[in-house]
Amino acid sequence: MSNIQDIQNEIIEEFEILGDDKESTIFYIMELGNNLPDFPENDRIDDNIIKGCQSKVWLTAKMENEKIHFFADSNTDITKGLISLLIRVLSERSPKEIIDAELKFIDKIGMGNIIGSQRSNGLASMIKQMKLYALAYQAKQNA
Amino acid sequence: MPINIEEIRNLFPVLHQEVNGKPLVYFDNAATTQKPKQVLDALVQYYELDNSNIHRGAHTLADRATRYYENTRSAIQKFINAKEEEEIIFTKGTTESINLVASTFGRKFISKGDEIIISTLEHHSNIVPWQMLCEEKGAILKIIPISEEGEIDLEAFENLLSEKTKFVSIVHVSNALGTINPVKQIIKSAHKVGARVLLDGAQSTSHLEVDVQDLDCDFLAFSAHKLYGPTGLGILYGKREVLESMPPYQGGGEMIKEVSFEKTTYNEIPFKFEAGTPNIADVIAFAKAIEFIQQLGKKEIKEHEDELLSYATDGLNSIKGFIPVGTAKEKVSVISFNINEMHPFDVGMMLDANGIAVRTGHHCTQPLMHRLGLEGTVRASFSVYNTKSEIDRLVAAVSKIAKIKNK
Repeated sequence: MSNIQDIQNEIIEEFEILGDDKESTIFYIMELGNNLPDFPENDRIDDNIIKGCQSKVWLTAKMENEKIHFFADSNTDITKGLISLLIRVLSERSPKEIIDAELKFIDKIGMGNIIGSQRSNGLASMIKQMKLYALAYQAKQNA
Repeated sequence: MPINIEEIRNLFPVLHQEVNGKPLVYFDNAATTQKPKQVLDALVQYYELDNSNIHRGAHTLADRATRYYENTRSAIQKFINAKEEEEIIFTKGTTESINLVASTFGRKFISKGDEIIISTLEHHSNIVPWQMLCEEKGAILKIIPISEEGEIDLEAFENLLSEKTKFVSIVHVSNALGTINPVKQIIKSAHKVGARVLLDGAQSTSHLEVDVQDLDCDFLAFSAHKLYGPTGLGILYGKREVLESMPPYQGGGEMIKEVSFEKTTYNEIPFKFEAGTPNIADVIAFAKAIEFIQQLGKKEIKEHEDELLSYATDGLNSIKGFIPVGTAKEKVSVISFNINEMHPFDVGMMLDANGIAVRTGHHCTQPLMHRLGLEGTVRASFSVYNTKSEIDRLVAAVSKIAKIKNK
């Protein structure tokens, strides 16, 4: 599997192809959301909702073979697309990789301008939650 | 005389810009309207020439600023046809106007077991102050139900009224749906049981003729920024005898007659409710906004906005997947809607990508959204400077967005 930096570069290239047209970029983000695997209905509970997002985002994680797998869903298509990008970069990685990850692609593709300040805050909350999961699993590993 | 849109649009510098590579279409007027040049000029002129603290200054600038400030009070009195200037109080917004009444009238006149009536259509700012008061006093909050179309159930309202009803606080025009409420009848019925009535005029004063004497409301709360005026300025109208019977809101300068450590006596209305240095510049500039409205004529503005509303309603209704929310018979130029299976946030963002500014979400009316079984809506609200060609752009964009889920 490619490393985090390679995947980020891939994403940056994809967004470069889209150019400056905001509408096509948003359509593309929404399309990405369609690729998210189905989220288990049982996990669609308030405890799994990420705080700090204006739209609802459910996120869960499980550890398999020392790697963390993330699962997510949202009630808005754009947010689904955003979290699918994060999953693409951070899922199936070791806790340490996730904790150390610098998500440069967000600034590089100008995500702040595309999604606006409120959604940027939401995106930051998603990243924080993913890193918190990683910290928790790392603590478990070290225990 | 019909409105000359091009001339009007030239008065609003903000409208002449591109957003995301497209000419801006500003359809978020129910949140705040744009400001004409004369309002902006008045703000600059005040700070360049007249800046001074008002009322007690012994110099020319203070005198000039005081005169301009009080001229606005007089302009507002005429604008809503209040009997006297002293019945106009400056606050920082509709929210503060309502809070002022809930705090002061509520403190003195609401007791345990009393009932306060509001409606399902209320903005949070006309819900929470009353909830806080009820909690503090042990009073009871009653809610007027609405129909699926978003109209108040008048019969249910009449049934809620009793000798226990002490206050009715009701929105004139719903911010989320645009419904115009039959407030004259509501006020009349409330008065029959001896209740006082506050009208939340945040959305109505920009679209409708609001005559406080004709309506006979005890209070009217509204904001300058939804009326082409500056932000941070609200108005509370209250009948003289009611305002005089109420205790002051905040303590400080301006609101006193005499202060000693033993006893303080309070100023007359309106100053009793205007503690501290007020928002002088914005008050002065607001007079220019009122002048702008009066020069165009409320009737002419309404005609233009109604035409836009019906044009947009027809255009949008023809789109497959378009779901209107709030279809009251009497409405102002607000269209709330959803698009099949799409979240309002997503729709709003895609409209923004097309240069079209709308509002999305619950519009600070969560109980109303809950009643309608919705998480939120997309709201397009039209103002005097909007055009049919802008609506064509909205219809085209909505049509394109609706196709995403109707492939």
